[in-house]
Amino acid sequence: MTDERSRGIILQLFVLIVVLVFIAFITSNTIANLQRVGLASGFGFLTDTAFFDINQRLIDYTSQSTFGRALVVGLLNTVLVSALGIITATILGFIGGVLRLSDNWIVSRLVTSWVEFTRNVPLLLQIIFWWAILTSLPKVRDSLSIGGMAFLNNRGLRTPAPIFEVGMEWVIAAFIFAVVLAVGIVRWARKRQEETGKIFPAWRVALVLIVGIPLIVYFVAGQPLNWDVPERTRFNFRGGFNITPELIALWFALSTYTGAFISEIVRAGIQSVSRGQSEAASALGLSKNQTMRLVIIPQALRVIIPPLTSQHLNLTKNSSLAIAIGYQDLVSIGGTILNQSGQALEVVGIWMAVYLSLSLATSAFMNWYNKRIALVER
Amino acid sequence: MTQAFFRQKDQMLGERPPPASTVGIVGWLRTNLFSNWLNSLLTILSLYILWSSVPSFVEWAFLKAQLGGEDRFACSEEGACWAWLDQRLGQFLYGLYPSKETWRIDIAFILLLPALAPWLIENVPGKKWLRRFSVIYPFIAAWLLVGGWFGILESVTTNNLGGFALNLTVGLAGIVLSLPVGILLALGRQSRLPLIRWFSVIFIETVRGVPLITLLFVSNIILPIFLPPDVALDAVIRVIIMVSAFASAYMAEVIRGGLQAIPKGQYEAAAAMGLSYWQSMRLIILPQALKISIPGIVNTFIGLFKDTTLVIVIGLFDILGIANAMVSNPDWLGLSSETYVFVALFFFAVCFSMSRYSIRLERKLDTDKR
Repeated sequence: MTDERSRGIILQLFVLIVVLVFIAFITSNTIANLQRVGLASGFGFLTDTAFFDINQRLIDYTSQSTFGRALVVGLLNTVLVSALGIITATILGFIGGVLRLSDNWIVSRLVTSWVEFTRNVPLLLQIIFWWAILTSLPKVRDSLSIGGMAFLNNRGLRTPAPIFEVGMEWVIAAFIFAVVLAVGIVRWARKRQEETGKIFPAWRVALVLIVGIPLIVYFVAGQPLNWDVPERTRFNFRGGFNITPELIALWFALSTYTGAFISEIVRAGIQSVSRGQSEAASALGLSKNQTMRLVIIPQALRVIIPPLTSQHLNLTKNSSLAIAIGYQDLVSIGGTILNQSGQALEVVGIWMAVYLSLSLATSAFMNWYNKRIALVER
Repeated sequence: MTQAFFRQKDQMLGERPPPASTVGIVGWLRTNLFSNWLNSLLTILSLYILWSSVPSFVEWAFLKAQLGGEDRFACSEEGACWAWLDQRLGQFLYGLYPSKETWRIDIAFILLLPALAPWLIENVPGKKWLRRFSVIYPFIAAWLLVGGWFGILESVTTNNLGGFALNLTVGLAGIVLSLPVGILLALGRQSRLPLIRWFSVIFIETVRGVPLITLLFVSNIILPIFLPPDVALDAVIRVIIMVSAFASAYMAEVIRGGLQAIPKGQYEAAAAMGLSYWQSMRLIILPQALKISIPGIVNTFIGLFKDTTLVIVIGLFDILGIANAMVSNPDWLGLSSETYVFVALFFFAVCFSMSRYSIRLERKLDTDKR
């Protein structure tokens, strides 16, 4: 008993037995409970007809589709709002983080109070607040017009929808070609600079190429992009594209909330680069712009990226709060299916599997990135 | 006689005043607000935002606001309508708790102050006794809230607990339970025993990988399936279990960060002194690791407290649930801005003071730097 190794083994055996007993206890209860209610477990219900509607869908879906397809629609809605939110939250966060460090007294105070307020109020409250504001906008008849192009009312935002005509595929192809070309030029310029020390304004040339080539093709192909501008009819709008108030509220709340957290991360990242670095860079004769791009940002990113990815993951998980305002994401549709079919274990299992694989994929990326940028010391 | 090419002190010219543009108000403005064109632009933009939002908000919330009245029709269109405060404040604070028993909630949260004092304030008189009190405090508070026990207090079902009292109860119970469980999980993840390490890793990563909402659904739908048919737990108890499990996984990761920051020499020195594993953890490692992790721990507390609003998803009426119910009540329809701003202030007050306290503590404990 005094031997550390045997003590360790005994402790582990004890824990193992406790866990096994716990699992056996749960399983037997589950079997008994399911038998009592008369539910068959299994994923067969996924092919049953759903009989409910989903108002926002990225793929074809009717109330005659299956539960499985409904779940896919929900998953795509989760992916949609998360992707939109991640983009805007990151932009907001970087702007906010830089502005908080600004010398400008009033700007830094203003941004600080935004960050502190947004961070310290529950996200769910913010989502419901924005949703309540959006759904109390004027009715369709008295829609607020934004320059006669888009209309805001209590059913959401109706925007012009792009119409791709013949020839648009050439513009897209030209854009892809320009991106590839730009990547090539940047690589060539870096290699030449390493070999000869000559600097080539690669980024500016790349930008001109990426904007210019598709633009030229666009005009040569006869401007193949048209806009379907919504038109007022008596009761509704004709044409255009409607964004639901649920999506706008969720997107906005997720972006500002996560953006506030990201701005703290960005601020900490920039502050972590010691002052000597920027002083040394200017002693070497680098311009302020070059110092930022070549010295500060690469070092700050090393500190910023890992917590940034976990914020992105948090945003994705927080998008499940959609259920409170009726945005039909994976959890919300899963909840409906759960109520209709009673297959609680399976639905919860699907939720957990989806979110777990998302977070495992994110942490795998994070580990890979950390290894790539880890400081190589001697 | 040679000419002296230096001046004696009394012959020196007086200091000239700095240029008017660098001192005083003008100088402050130039360096802080208008140092270059971008800054000037940002300043003007910020001033515009402040000018267009602050006065109209003050006018809406205070100057043109309506304080009394029976329902929303008593309020004018222009200002905020605070008439509901009079009738509904009790619900926002206590939910559906029987109104003649709410004094018990008041006492429970007043007693919280002496229970917290020994942990938050350093030189508090009678610290030893207050600490002992804080150990038994959770039991006193639970008894006050639920009642029963020899019929001294009328028993109240936990389903009646609501409003901000529910947020505070779930939040505090989560904090009290998640810290020790989190410490154990963090130690388990660092353990040399593979079985314990793997159980800890699986628990932590599973809980951290899924949204809290799915865990609350588990507490609501799956837990009754897992338990024997004759055992029924109250919804509040189930929520507290799940919220604590959720927070303890995050807590474990924060504390693991602290444990990893302790130099290996500390572990070896503790072992060299003949301390057992638990002794070295309790006396050497954890005091240092917890000190480093304080900011993270407080952040987890803040997150946990904000997350208590999620209980509305499974049908409990916390302060946000009461607000939602009131906003859809015909008497008070359309008062969403007033209601949600009011609720936001509660959370802001609690969370902001927690984060300020943590910053102060961090500065005070920052002993080894300079």
